Amino acid sequence: MAEELVVKTGRPGMMRFTVPVVGGLGLILGFLTGNVVGAPWLGLILGALIGAVLGYGLNAMVPNKALGRWGVILVFALVGMLTGGLGGALGGAIIGAIISWFAYWIGRGTYRDDVPIYATPGQTLWWNFFLFLCGAIFIFLITPILVVMPLSFNAENFFTFTPEMLRLDPEGYSLKHYRDFFQTDDWQLALKNSLVIAPIATIISVSLGTLAAIGLSQSHVPGRRAIMAILISPMIVPLIISATGMFFFYSTLGNFLEGSIGMSKSLVGYIKVILAHAVLGIPFVIITVTATLVGFDRSLTRAAANMGADPVTTFFRVQMPLILPGVISGGLFAFITSFDEVVVVLFVGSAAQKTLPWQMFIGLREQISPTILAVATILVVISIALLTTVELLRRRSERLRGLSPG
Amino acid sequence: MKLIKTLMTTTAVTVVAGAVSAQEMADDMTIVSWGGAYQNSQLKAYVEPYQEMNPDVNVVWDESSNEAVAKLRAMNEAGNITWDLVDVVAADAIRLCDEGLAMEYEPDELLAEGDDGTSAEDDFGDLIVSDCFIPQIVYSTTAAYRADLLPDGAEAPDSICAFFDTETYPGKRALERRPINNMEWALLCDGVAKDEIYDVLATEEGQQQALDKLDTIKDETVWWSAAAEPPQLLADGEVVMASSYNGRWFSAIEEQGQDFEMLWDAQVFDLDGWIIPTGLSEERLARVKDFVKFATDTQRLADQAKYISYGPARQSSAPLVGQHAELGIDMAPHMPTDPENAKNTFVYNYEFWADYRDDIDAKFQSWLAQ
Repeated sequence: MAEELVVKTGRPGMMRFTVPVVGGLGLILGFLTGNVVGAPWLGLILGALIGAVLGYGLNAMVPNKALGRWGVILVFALVGMLTGGLGGALGGAIIGAIISWFAYWIGRGTYRDDVPIYATPGQTLWWNFFLFLCGAIFIFLITPILVVMPLSFNAENFFTFTPEMLRLDPEGYSLKHYRDFFQTDDWQLALKNSLVIAPIATIISVSLGTLAAIGLSQSHVPGRRAIMAILISPMIVPLIISATGMFFFYSTLGNFLEGSIGMSKSLVGYIKVILAHAVLGIPFVIITVTATLVGFDRSLTRAAANMGADPVTTFFRVQMPLILPGVISGGLFAFITSFDEVVVVLFVGSAAQKTLPWQMFIGLREQISPTILAVATILVVISIALLTTVELLRRRSERLRGLSPG
Repeated sequence: MKLIKTLMTTTAVTVVAGAVSAQEMADDMTIVSWGGAYQNSQLKAYVEPYQEMNPDVNVVWDESSNEAVAKLRAMNEAGNITWDLVDVVAADAIRLCDEGLAMEYEPDELLAEGDDGTSAEDDFGDLIVSDCFIPQIVYSTTAAYRADLLPDGAEAPDSICAFFDTETYPGKRALERRPINNMEWALLCDGVAKDEIYDVLATEEGQQQALDKLDTIKDETVWWSAAAEPPQLLADGEVVMASSYNGRWFSAIEEQGQDFEMLWDAQVFDLDGWIIPTGLSEERLARVKDFVKFATDTQRLADQAKYISYGPARQSSAPLVGQHAELGIDMAPHMPTDPENAKNTFVYNYEFWADYRDDIDAKFQSWLAQ
């Protein structure tokens, strides 16, 4: 019994376990590398051999982990450099890092560290497989976004990783697509329009949506469910159907504003798009605010009234601060709905109101220019910055209110 | 209270901004075109010089020529025409004219006479294929291939039938997702004589024959719908040969240094030009007429050929075609009409496709879906 425990917590068997498993990973990596160079089956065999040798060699002869790993990375990078230049060196270093980490991870039994001591081999396998699966899902979600970023620095006008780019040759990279974005009137008009339309539409949806949510949370309002369903409907009805309906509705409205009231064509255009986007944003605000109102204590409003505050003061001084998180996240959703929206604006807007998604859409259809990727990269960076700021502010306010120890 | 204040300030700012822009944009003109290199050539050759003469004019581009017919119909139904001038291919112009969505015009009244004094009507000649169509350029749908992707020892293709020869030229090819041009090429490569193609294509059996021929390469074909796709596909190496408009190929090869070869055989000539939508207010119509007169004069049409390899629609413009504005290369050898390129050509058969388009389109699409 005691002997069995020692075997289980110690290092796994070298020939029975470490060598074949590391060899297996070497086989997969070798096959992938082989595909790149054009000799998949040779790569498969060589990879399995190198993996097996590393599995044995590192664990048996190089006890210093840091030395072993850096050595492997260096050798692999050197081989990559000789075969594929700077890009090959980078690829080699990545593969070397993966396989050397894996060799120690398997060989030293580190993979068992987080598993209870009584776990069977099957459970250990499942536990580690589960971790790898989570990692794979994460990669699956993030890679399409990451691929866009290097491509946006392409020196050519195509969505292609050129040989220069793969060699990490500076010639293959350029900022011209970013220059194109900042210097072309079309893109600047689209950026300006997006920055005008989205915030105003957000303000309208947040004000109307919050009021609607508060009203609908009162128990004495008749037909609450029916009203709620109608207000939420823009989110449920397929966008293309809303867009068609809005096109005819807002055309009539626009003709009236232009013809009978005498507003200018472009102002009317903005009004139409902003109203349409506000309608799309309202359901998000209603849903998030309704959710926060569930946790709102009604007796606070009665207490405020008892102390002589009128309903408006109560709303702004008591209720609003408490439901603010719901209002803000609803507002964020409404903003992103408007900022991302392409179908409705294509129908309702005219070219003078073209937004960033519209410009990206036609850019993709008519010219497939990497400028779209440059814009996408900028937008991703801005979104990350925004989310980080919001999260930091949230933590700060929690700390100030003493809700969290950090 | 703060929220109300913010709201009020924002509203006030919006109203003020609207009022200011209302003054600036009184001379607004929305031009619909195709985007890309082609729209850029129109910007450089027509719009920028026009704006220099009329600094108050503000031009907005709408890259919607692809769905111009559908959108104009919808705008007409809604009674809200937001476009002032629309660039369409001749076939669309004919349809729009028949439906009353495009304005008929009098060539000698609307358009300037040629530099050499010929009347506009004679200068454009047969290219005015519809009473509403103001011709601009002659372009062609033609093919290009990647020599480096051909198998070792294969001869460079010199005929459109290379598309159907998957043995000599293995790999994917890209063709436009519509029957026009593809049906003609299929019949031509199935041994039908060139001058009999439309007679054959008018019959059920002929249409089936063309589809059967296309069927032989269906698995090898990537179907494109926007002309920007084929250069992208070819640059990626996803296909070995592709059809697109000759100007797109010129832009990819000469301006962006891609290693493609042209395959001019059996290129199909077509026309592109302006139409003016019906139902414009008098102010807008006057502005558009003024612009069109300027943009279609002899010099302007010749200028456009500095930026893109499409042939000007006026006879008097042809001698003025010179060199590329930035690259300084002679444009004449890149024109589809150059004798070296035009050894074997088709001319888009407007009458045939006007009569048979819906029918053959339906067959083609259901064949594609099979």
